[in-house]
Amino acid sequence: MMEKELDTELKSDAKIFGFWIYLMTDLIVFAALFASFIVLRKSTFGGLPASEIFELPLALSETIILLVSSFTCAMGMLAIHQRQKKAALLWFALTFVLGIAFLFLEINEFAKFIHEGNGPGRSAFLSSFFTLVGTHGTHITVGLLWMVVEMFRISYRTLSAQNVSRIFRMVIFWHFLDFVWIFIFTTVYGMTHLI
Amino acid sequence: MKKFIFGKLTLDALPHQWFTIGGTVFMFLMVLTAVIILTKYKRWSWLWHDWLTSTDPKKIGTMYVIFATFMFFRGMIDVALIWLQQALAADGEGFLEAGHFQEIFTSHGDIMVFFVTMGYFFGFMNWIIPLQIGARDLSYPFLNSLGFWLTVAGGLLINAFFIIGGHFANTGWLAIAPLSSLEFNPGVGVDYLIWSLQLSGLGSLLAGINFIATIIKKRAPGMTLMRMPLFVWTSLCGMVLIISAFPVLTAVTFMLWLDRFFEMHFFTVSHGGNQMMYFNLIWMWGHPEVYILVLPAFGMYSEIISTFSQKQISNYTSMVWASIIITGLSYLVWLHHFFTMGAGPEVNSFFGIVTMIIAIPSGVLVFNWIQTMLKGKIVFATPMCWSIGFIIIFLLGGMTGVFMASPPADFQVHNSLFLIAHFHAQIIGIALFGVFAGLTYWFPKIMGFTLDEKSGKVAFWLWFVGFYVAFTPLFILGFMGATRRLDTYRAETGWQPFFIIALFGFLIISAGIITQVYQIIVSIRDRKLNRDTTGDPWNGRTLEWATTSPPPAYNFAKIPTVEGIDAFWLIKNKQRLREYEDIELPKNTGMGVYISIFAFLAGFGIVWHIHWLIVLGIIGSVACLIRFSFDEHRDYILPAAKVALLEEAQ
Repeated sequence: MMEKELDTELKSDAKIFGFWIYLMTDLIVFAALFASFIVLRKSTFGGLPASEIFELPLALSETIILLVSSFTCAMGMLAIHQRQKKAALLWFALTFVLGIAFLFLEINEFAKFIHEGNGPGRSAFLSSFFTLVGTHGTHITVGLLWMVVEMFRISYRTLSAQNVSRIFRMVIFWHFLDFVWIFIFTTVYGMTHLI
Repeated sequence: MKKFIFGKLTLDALPHQWFTIGGTVFMFLMVLTAVIILTKYKRWSWLWHDWLTSTDPKKIGTMYVIFATFMFFRGMIDVALIWLQQALAADGEGFLEAGHFQEIFTSHGDIMVFFVTMGYFFGFMNWIIPLQIGARDLSYPFLNSLGFWLTVAGGLLINAFFIIGGHFANTGWLAIAPLSSLEFNPGVGVDYLIWSLQLSGLGSLLAGINFIATIIKKRAPGMTLMRMPLFVWTSLCGMVLIISAFPVLTAVTFMLWLDRFFEMHFFTVSHGGNQMMYFNLIWMWGHPEVYILVLPAFGMYSEIISTFSQKQISNYTSMVWASIIITGLSYLVWLHHFFTMGAGPEVNSFFGIVTMIIAIPSGVLVFNWIQTMLKGKIVFATPMCWSIGFIIIFLLGGMTGVFMASPPADFQVHNSLFLIAHFHAQIIGIALFGVFAGLTYWFPKIMGFTLDEKSGKVAFWLWFVGFYVAFTPLFILGFMGATRRLDTYRAETGWQPFFIIALFGFLIISAGIITQVYQIIVSIRDRKLNRDTTGDPWNGRTLEWATTSPPPAYNFAKIPTVEGIDAFWLIKNKQRLREYEDIELPKNTGMGVYISIFAFLAGFGIVWHIHWLIVLGIIGSVACLIRFSFDEHRDYILPAAKVALLEEAQ
């Protein structure tokens, strides 16, 4: 019964509604960055083309890690709905570890590119690549910080409707980043290899 | 070490030209006066607790209006310099150097668009939207405060160059690349511009989200979408434009900054950068921005014309749909800002035709306003004068707009003073007249006394005549071939007499502004005579007039039930119920101020490459946000007994 009430409350929560609007605005920021990447992806200024710089297996493993993290995150939210704090903390901790792993791979990839002389200042193509993927990475960092904050909240505060709404917003933020990444994987890594 | 502490900042950045010294001294004097007055009358605590930390939308609205007024005078000083220079400048006789002149018109544009027009409109929306939809508050009171303070941080950053920096951007208000790139603009001026817009843009975005959520979620019972006052409708349209267009501005100025800070190559001339992408992205934000500036004003005029014609607005439904159609079309016309830049005839035709189509919904608005006046009992109060003046100037601006929507015509007048005159007709005629109309119309509601009518009308006539004297010569000069942003021209062009007439027009407008200042002083002096005791000084029709002037913090003791369009008109003569309920209101919070201070520091650090300050600013603002998220008691309850006490006191 408790869960049901909470769910209806979440549906009418004005803050969650506003957060959805915010996510749409963030999506437009990404849309502008995607558009720039698509326009600039062939402007290599004599450098290596995308297909010779990017490594698909790495990008694929990043994708799998992020998709799994979305799953664990959803499980965490489920545990919150069932008022199981410990289980929720465990799922979110797992999500956090996966997020760190994703960031580690991404930073490694960036470092490798820069080391090979393909840094963001090399060409317009690489500027747009680093900016698009890096903006997503920054969002992931923010998401991880937020996750830590919410784990503290789960540990030390009660699961009031207000707090559950916060945790829910963190969770949809995480799913949103997953959603954006799918487009990065297909557009940045997939499309440059095929076309 | 020195580089670590100060970044690019050196002693050369301190004021050393006449205008930066003057600006700095002026700002210090202003702050000093404020400090002395506040200390003398022991008002610091009042300022902090009653105003700066307030989450009451009416107070935040008032702060927006005061802030926008300061910025308006700041922008008008730029205007004076520009027109004086152009009147004198035949054969290089002007008194300003070319670089300085460029900085002036750049800051004029940015300040008038971002801080004056948008500042006033956010102020009015804060004042009026909760009242008109019968709500007690916005959906997110804290975000409202934060958004305002971020706008202020942006406003400080755009003026900070007076004190530290010496130069503003000399690129024009949109900082068009590659002129704004590191290669051609190595100073900090462009960085000031970028980060000022980033901070205030974030503030606008937060406000946009807030107002949409408020309008969708907090309407009084019975207030269906198709019963909302038109000001609420057009504001909603404007806010939808904000949330969809401002992220593009954020993204494109961010990319420009990456080009400058990390030496990337989005818009550079070499390394494969694409400058046309800057044009496209900035105008994808820029054209919707035009409608962000005018749509709320359309709504205000609808309210005012309906009130003072003492009739319901004609064809309400078509007004709503016209506004929505304008909103939609405004996304599809951005390319008309650069027809001349080689998009080809097919693309130009598409954008030209869509631009012309906007004249149709705009025409619907105009005809409906006229039809509302037709057979109405028109009261020529000051707000109504501004509204009628607006319709006349709007026709002029609109006609010239349709003319320029045709690509071949545009090729002739592109970037000329004709264009300048056209968009000033729109921005002054629609947005600024709207600001003045709205200010005189709603001032009694918020302050509790009406503004002086006589000086208000004098100010209107001075503005109206001054506008034509100032801008008609610019239309003519445009046809004669004068381009925009000229700091000098040859005497044999024969342009100088027209520039002198324009300067004369500016003097008439200045007289109008002085009359407005006088109007406010006189009204404050006579406030006891002009007190609005009824809460309904204009015989209004919408819900903001259903409560007292000024309204209590909770707006309505009992949320009204809405029965149709012009909600207040329908319940006007009914007996008010005297039963009260507990009211939940947000507490004040200083967090918005703290976060904006940190955001300002981060912005300042980024401008001057002071890395520790950037880190401090970002960590500080994030820490404040996290701290605030653990505050679970943000509201307080005003008990029914106390509400009854307050209500009976009136």
